[in-house]
Amino acid sequence: MSIATPSAVETFTVTLIIRRFDPEIDTEPRWQDFDVEMLPTDRVLDALHKIKWEQDGSLTFRRSCAHGICGSDAMRINGRNRLACKTLIKDLDITQPIYVEAIKGLPLEKDLVVDMEPFFQSYREVQPFLIANSKPKEGKERAQSPEQRARYDDTTKCILCAACTSSCPVFWTDGQYFGPAAIVNAHRFIFDSRDESNVRLDVLADREGVWRCRTTFNCSEACPRGIQVTQAIAEVKQAILRGRGA
Amino acid sequence: MWSWVLHRITGVAIYFFLLVHLLDTALIRVSPEAYNAVIGTYKNPIMGIGELGLVGAILFHALNGLRIILIDFWQLGTKYHRAMFYVVIGVWLVLMIGFTPRHLINVFSEGAV
Ligand code: SF4
Ligand code: FES
Repeated sequence: MSIATPSAVETFTVTLIIRRFDPEIDTEPRWQDFDVEMLPTDRVLDALHKIKWEQDGSLTFRRSCAHGICGSDAMRINGRNRLACKTLIKDLDITQPIYVEAIKGLPLEKDLVVDMEPFFQSYREVQPFLIANSKPKEGKERAQSPEQRARYDDTTKCILCAACTSSCPVFWTDGQYFGPAAIVNAHRFIFDSRDESNVRLDVLADREGVWRCRTTFNCSEACPRGIQVTQAIAEVKQAILRGRGA
Repeated sequence: MWSWVLHRITGVAIYFFLLVHLLDTALIRVSPEAYNAVIGTYKNPIMGIGELGLVGAILFHALNGLRIILIDFWQLGTKYHRAMFYVVIGVWLVLMIGFTPRHLINVFSEGAV
């Protein structure tokens, strides 16, 4: 008895050109190409897996969830910052090779892995947690209306992938700049009605704070979560001028 | 991104013009003859084309500057930044189309005298 085989799924071959760097061997990064057989449902992350598992085990990159939620695998794909796990290969121009490299502006460690520490340092400096000194009413919870919650909804979606910060030309030339991601996460609390601190406004009024933003909109275009990053930065600028957030 | 790149380039270009302009204007304190001699050398077609570039750069920088102010201070600015960029380019084109022929006629008819 024969079992009906599903009609063969069409596969295609793509070339990936990956910017490799092994600090123990290379003095300069080098480009290496790989041909991989892919399905229409495959993403750039699947291509990287295939290369690592079948062709070159030394290829190094970060990923955890593989479903666009952990923020580990932001990389520069065909010159644009995206998550490898959210980029379908068939959506790119597959007649051309696909260029993959690490995000820019952060120290390159190996292949597609960069040192994220400067990025998280800025994140920590904006104190991204609720600061409230008063006692909650009736000693229980800090109530918030749906409107108050909606005020900062957009900036709660950040997954700290660094696609925005590493797409910013200001950040490329001035690594001291806090960068869009830190400002997004400051915005998250500045406009939270329950938060009672102005410390983030002080931090971001600094030389390397929001005024470094030149509204190039690269961050808004890069964000895989669709956050209106430049909008959030503009709102923080205004909050600083007013001297208060929510 | 490109609006920002253009803004930078025109900004730097205008800065260097101002620097030169300050120097040549300061010459009048040195001696009016020297001033006249230097200004006289500006009256040639190459400088004329340069002036055209200068006017273009200043216009773009001014218009895009207004756009950036709106992005920072108008609530919907970030939403319509792209549309505003096209408006900037459009207004710039209209003004340049108006200015260029007049200016070039001036430049080249003076050159002929
Ligand atoms: S704002 Fe968007 S691009 Fe920036 S770190 Fe957060 S999720 Fe990534
Ligand atoms: S692997 Fe988690 S976001 Fe892509």
